[in-house]
This record gives sequence, structure tokens and C-alpha cells, in this order.
Amino acid sequence: MFDYGTLRLLWWAVLGVLLIGFAVMDGFDLGTAILLPFVGRSDIERRVAINTIGPVWEGNQVWLILGAGAIFAAWPPLYAVAFSGFYLAMLLLLCALILRPVGFKFRSKLESRAWRTLWDAALFVGGLVPALVFGVAFGNVLQGVPFRFDDNLRLSYTGGLLDLFNPFALLCGLVSVAMITQHGANWLACKTEGAVRARARRAGVVAGVALLGLFLAGGVWAGLLDGYALGRFGGVDGPSNPLAKEVLRVPGGLLANYTVHPWMIAAPLLAVLGIVVALRLTRRAQRPVLAFLGSGLAIAGVITTAGFSLFPFLLPSSLDPAASLTVWDASSSHTTLRIMTAATALLLPVVLAYTAWVYRVLRGPVTEADIARDTRTVY
Amino acid sequence: MDVVELSRLQFGLTAMYHFLFVPLTLGLSVLLAIMESIFVTTGRTVWRDMTKFWGTLFGINFAMGVATGITMEFQFGTNWAYYSHYVGDVFGAPLAIEGLMAFFLEATFVGLFFFGWERLSRVQHLGVTCMVALGSNLSALWILIANGWMQNPVGSAFNVETMRMEVTDFAAVLFNPVAQAKFVHTVSAGYVTGAMFVLSVSALYLLAGRHRGLAIRSMTVAASFGLAAALSVVVLGDESGYTADQNQRMKIAAIEAEWNTEPAPAAFTVFGLPDQNGHETRYPVRIPWLLGLIVTRSVGDKVAGINDLVAQNRTRVESGIIAYKSMLALRADRTNTEARTIFAAHVSDLGYALLLKRHTPDIVAATPAQIDAAAWDTVPAVAPLFWSFRIMVGLGVFFIVLFAAMFALASARRLERHRWLLRVCVASLPLPWIAAELGWYVAEGGRQPWTIDGVLPTFLSVSDIPASDVEISLIGFVVFYSALLIVELFLMVRTIRRGPDAPAPATTQAAAALRAAE
Repeated sequence: MFDYGTLRLLWWAVLGVLLIGFAVMDGFDLGTAILLPFVGRSDIERRVAINTIGPVWEGNQVWLILGAGAIFAAWPPLYAVAFSGFYLAMLLLLCALILRPVGFKFRSKLESRAWRTLWDAALFVGGLVPALVFGVAFGNVLQGVPFRFDDNLRLSYTGGLLDLFNPFALLCGLVSVAMITQHGANWLACKTEGAVRARARRAGVVAGVALLGLFLAGGVWAGLLDGYALGRFGGVDGPSNPLAKEVLRVPGGLLANYTVHPWMIAAPLLAVLGIVVALRLTRRAQRPVLAFLGSGLAIAGVITTAGFSLFPFLLPSSLDPAASLTVWDASSSHTTLRIMTAATALLLPVVLAYTAWVYRVLRGPVTEADIARDTRTVY
Repeated sequence: MDVVELSRLQFGLTAMYHFLFVPLTLGLSVLLAIMESIFVTTGRTVWRDMTKFWGTLFGINFAMGVATGITMEFQFGTNWAYYSHYVGDVFGAPLAIEGLMAFFLEATFVGLFFFGWERLSRVQHLGVTCMVALGSNLSALWILIANGWMQNPVGSAFNVETMRMEVTDFAAVLFNPVAQAKFVHTVSAGYVTGAMFVLSVSALYLLAGRHRGLAIRSMTVAASFGLAAALSVVVLGDESGYTADQNQRMKIAAIEAEWNTEPAPAAFTVFGLPDQNGHETRYPVRIPWLLGLIVTRSVGDKVAGINDLVAQNRTRVESGIIAYKSMLALRADRTNTEARTIFAAHVSDLGYALLLKRHTPDIVAATPAQIDAAAWDTVPAVAPLFWSFRIMVGLGVFFIVLFAAMFALASARRLERHRWLLRVCVASLPLPWIAAELGWYVAEGGRQPWTIDGVLPTFLSVSDIPASDVEISLIGFVVFYSALLIVELFLMVRTIRRGPDAPAPATTQAAAALRAAE
């Protein structure tokens, strides 16, 4: 089959696909949750918003679980460094993600107003915190994080929770929140009617404008940040040992890839195109499905932009640049990558097929009449 | 407490908490599929109402299972970073495939289970329910393949270039006998839990004289399904014991508190007080032959005792030191062929040398006393294993008796005849959970001091994070999880109190009219 170097490249791409899959699929759930207090003034309006994602959020969340599992299987050192290094941030993320499933399930089980308000707040937090934390995490990965390995490849990480929330990372966090909110707004515009839909559209315009501004500002700022360059290394098919290479820190070099490989500019262009298309359609209240595809495209563009800026790095080390994790020395063994490739090629199309079927069955807007008709079954 | 103990406590607590919800999901999903199949084949709507009612309870439980499951996946990376690096190449693959093959299936279809009653034909909806059940069971399969490899690390080898374990034979990992035995044992335990849940709640209704039709039908299904499942748990639990002997002899010896190797066939100790420091079991009550028959399936083979196994492990520690020494030589000079040959001969004992890290920073210069201490480290805590195992087995036997009795009464259509027996059913509700948690304790506590048996010690597996971070997260989990558990139980009890309510005909007509108008 494929040689080791090709498989590593392939799995770098798969990692990107899974992250985009998560951000696009679970993103509109998170965005809907963020928008809950803004689009739903009354209980029934909020229930409409919640029930647009009620039947699908569970499946969407698996994109995150699969993403983490795929990193574990295909990039074990990345999994070890990112998850333990960002320990408390991960805890925050986990708490937010745990609130969501129970929030959906528990909220409408009681008629009490206080109870529902409490869970509405929980759902809002459960949407906002993951969106913010993921963006902040990306912001830190782009700058490099402080870790090193000893001879036994035992990892030590010297940063703390507050170091993660530095200005550039916070900007990335805001990009992520704006991106997820725009996507959620476009979802609601597709799946609701009347007042909820009108408010979702207004929110979508605000989020889209904010996203465009923040993304461009982030690009300018990133141009000033230091990057890393791979020096001598063990080759694209060398053993996965991050200690066998040289890495240079390049002042102002974070976006160097775009000068070396100008075609990579397609990624940020895609992001801008997606944002603008979604924005225009939402503002004119036209073609909500196309607007939704536009914000999905924007997400793909933003994530790909980050990935292209880093390549071939997965996670640079600011403490000991030579210990940085790259595509060529932080993967699983050739055998494991082969197994994972076969499993993914076999199973992912099946998953996509039945997911499409489920969305087809559930097509059409959710209305207040739907909620009133079946008040026990729906969320 | 240090970061190792805190991390173990946190993982243990969150895993046991997660496993409050998993077995009920496993069992109820299959019971739902059975009930709905009866509805589709007979067309009698009471079976659809049953599916919906038990489905509501399933949904509350499922949400908690999903929520707490994410923690489990993240924790390998957050708290066990060296473990993730050291074995991610082998352990990560089944986890990722679990996501692809199982989680997507159950999570994508579970939404349609609740929201699809009006949008799907009867057969389509049944198909959806079956997919949910299939997904739950497949996820158990893959996670137990991963767990089975921790108990019996087949199909893999240490790679000195990357300082980690790597896959050599994935088929061996998949068809690991320990994984297969654990899978069947665990899903059967889940079926028992689901059956007991349905049985107990239905008994409650019968005692209160409510929802008789639903309760009697539910109980009949639960009793027959539960009987089959309980038999399978015990029979296949025995298979688990047999496979454990093939590769985890220390675990068996500790469970049986057998310090000295006895003449074959070994006696089974029903009762006794294991003394960890004195290396003996006081006041034993024994049944001759039984242990040897269960574990070795022969009258001639011996069951190794703890003292003998420690002596064997002592030589493995010594062999491991040689492996470690040659690994250092190889790292200094990759072309050293002599070191490579020696390393290859001793690498299977490398993990035993790592046990020394607890006693000395310099493994190569370990003293005989340190080697001795490392060898004794391979003995898990005997008394808790001994008792957990016995309570679990006792409960397993009780489940068979109870389900058999209820099955007999259901067949004779006399379920309501003995009110005391219905009360026993209600009182038995928590027992499957107790048995399941004890079972996990036996499996994982008995694996200590290893995360990967014979390969990687637990104390080396942890992340290099401050103990205070783990204290924060541990307290956070305890508070957060307790609050959620209270809410969950409250909603469960409330849903059970309200009971099933078939929609009044008027509402159904109104709904139909509304749809027709659209």
C-alpha cells in the first residue's frame, strides 16, 4: 500500500478533515446553544431552537470523540502533549461538554421556569466554552507551547492555565466563537420560521461581520509572530522519535509557508469567500441552505489556514524547539497507520451515508406547533 | 497523596461512575429492540407504548452515559500522558475504531429513536432501534478489545527507536482471548442490569396495582431475557477465569488468596482472612478440588501460588535489568549489534525492570533488596480482590435463582401470586450495579501494579502535571458528578412515578388532523 511518508501526510490531512468535520457538524449545535438566549425570548421559542438540534447533536458530538480517538491512534505524542499540557483547559472543556447532553435531555422534563432557565444557562455555557477553548488552544499551538522530552520520551510541560489565555490566543478564541455562532445562526435560519428565524439572521450578520474582522486582524497579527523551521531531520519515513531533529525559531516567520508555497493562500481565501457569501445571503434573507454551506466553507478555510501555517509542525515547542512534534516524527507506526487507513476508508463512507439518511428523514423546519403537539417526546 | 494516587483515584471514580450508566444502556437497548419487534410482528400497540416508556428511561440514562464517556476518553491523555505515548500505537486504534464503528451508529440513530416515531414506518423505526442496540454492543466490543490488551498485551513489541510499544499483529489484538471473554461477560452483565431494571420497576407497579398490562408483559420479557443473560454471565465468567490463568496468574492467585502453590487439583477457599504482610490466609474454609477444576480444567495441573509467582517475577526483574542496560547501550550507539542481540533476548522483561524506578533512580545498579521489593510489588492488594470476587459471584448466582423463579411464574401466568417475591425483585434493583462495579474492581485492581500487564507500571504511566491540578479536577468531578447523579435519579424516579401514559385518542386525532392540514 502507501509508504510511511505518504501515510503520515494522509493522516495529517485526515486529522484536518476530522477537525473540520467536528467544527462544521458539532459547530452548528454549539452555535445554536450560544444563540439560545438571543433567538428565543419565550420558552416555546427556545424549545424550537433546541429541537432543531435535538435529534442530531448526539451524532454530531461523535466527531469530537472520533477526532480525539484518531489523534490518540495516529498521533500518540500529540495526544499526550496536548491533553496533559492543557490539563485545566481540558477540564473546563469537559465540564462544558458534559453539561450539553444532560442539558438537552433534562431541560424540558420539568415545567418549572427556574429549572428551565438554569438549563438554558448551562446550554449557553456548554456552547460558548468549547468554542472559545478550541480557538484558544489553536492560538497556542500556532505560537508553540512550552514542553520538552527526556531520553525516555517522558514529557514535561511548564506552562500554566493562565499562560494559555494570552492576547493572540484570545483573539483566536474569538475567531472561533464568531465562526461557530455564524454557522449556528445559519442553521437556525434553515430550520426555523418566523421570529426565531429573523433573530437568527440578525445574529448571523453580526457574527459574520465580527468573524471577517477578527480573522483578518488575526492574519495581520500572525504575520508578526515567530515561526519554526525544520532543519536536519530523520526523513519523512524516519522513526517517530521527536528528539532526532533540528528546529530553528524564525522571527516573524509564522506565515513563511505562504511565501514558499503561494498556492496555500487558497485556504484563507476560501475562508473569506465562505464568510462573505454566508453574510450576503443572510443579510438579504435568501437561500438559507447556501448560506449554511457558506459558513461551513468558512470553517473549513479557517482551520486549513491554521494547518497550512504550521506544516510540517503539529505542535511546536517554544521551550525546546527541537522537541517539536512534526508530521514526520510524531505519528504511529507504519502498521498502525495502515490499519487506521483501512478502517477509515471502510467505515467513514458508511457513517456519512446513514448520517445523510437521518438528516433527510428529519428535513423541514421545526415549528411551535410541533412542540405543542408532542410536548412529552421533544426536548 | 501524590499525583499517581490522585490520578488513579480520579480514573477509578470516573470509570465506576461512567459504568453506572453503561450496563443499563447495553441491557435496555436490547430489551427495547425485543419489545418493538413484538410490536411490529403482532401489531399490538401496548408493545409500542412499552417501548416508548422504557425508551424514556433509556434516554435519561443514555445522556449520562454519553456525558461521562467523554471524560474517559480524554483522561488517557490528560492524566496518563506517558501511557498514551508508550502504548498509543496499539491502544489508540481500537478506541478510534470504536468511534467510527460504534459511537456514530448508536449516537446518530438514538435521536431518530425518540424523534422518528411519526416520521418512519414501523419497520424503519424498528431498524433504528436495532442500530442503537447494535452500536452500544459494538462499542463494548471495541473498548474491551482495548482493555483486554491491557490485561494481556499480545500482538505488539517494544521499539527501541521510538521508546514505545508498537503493533506487530493487529489480528492478535482483535482476537485476544481475554478480550473476547471479557466482551461476552461484560455485555451479559449489562443485559442482566437491564433485565433487573425492568423487572424491579414492573414489580413496583404490580405491588401498587398500576399499569398492570405493561408491567406483566415487561416482566415476562425481562425474566426470560434476564435468565439467559445471568446464565451467560456466570458460564462466561468462568471462561474469563480460565483465560486469566493463561496469562494473569498473579491475578487468579490474589483473587483466591492462594499464597503457596498447592498440590493439584487446588482447593477453593470459600472464606478466609487474607493477610497481605504475613503472606498467608487465616481461618480458611476450603472446598477440595474446585479451584483446580475451574482454573486449569484438569485434575493434574497446579494453580501457582503468590509466593512462587513472586520468586518467578524476581528472575524477570533481573532479566529486565539486562534488557534495560542493553537499551542504554543501544541508545548510545545504534550500531552496537551485541547490545541489540542481548536486548532482543530480554526485552519481554523490560517492564519488570521499570518497577525498580520506584525504589531506585538507577535501575542498572539496583541492589538485591530493591529487586526483591520490586518483585513483591507485583502482588496486588489481596483481601479486597478476594472479597470483591466472592460477593460478585454470590450475586451472580442469586440473579440466576431470581430470574429463574420469575421466569417460572411468568410461564405459569402467576407473576402476581407472591407479593413477597415482587418485593424481593424491587429490593434487588441495585444489585447488578454492585456486581458490575465489583467485577471491574477485580479486573483492574487485580491488574495492579501494571497499566499494561508486565509492560508498563501504573506509577510510570501518569502525566507530569502538578498534584494540585489533579486535586482540582478530582474535587470538580466529585461535585459535578454528584450533582448530576442527584438530578438524574430525581428525573428517573419522577418518570417512573408518572408511568407510561398512552396519548388520549382525542390528542392523536387532533395531531392527525393537523398533519393532514399541512
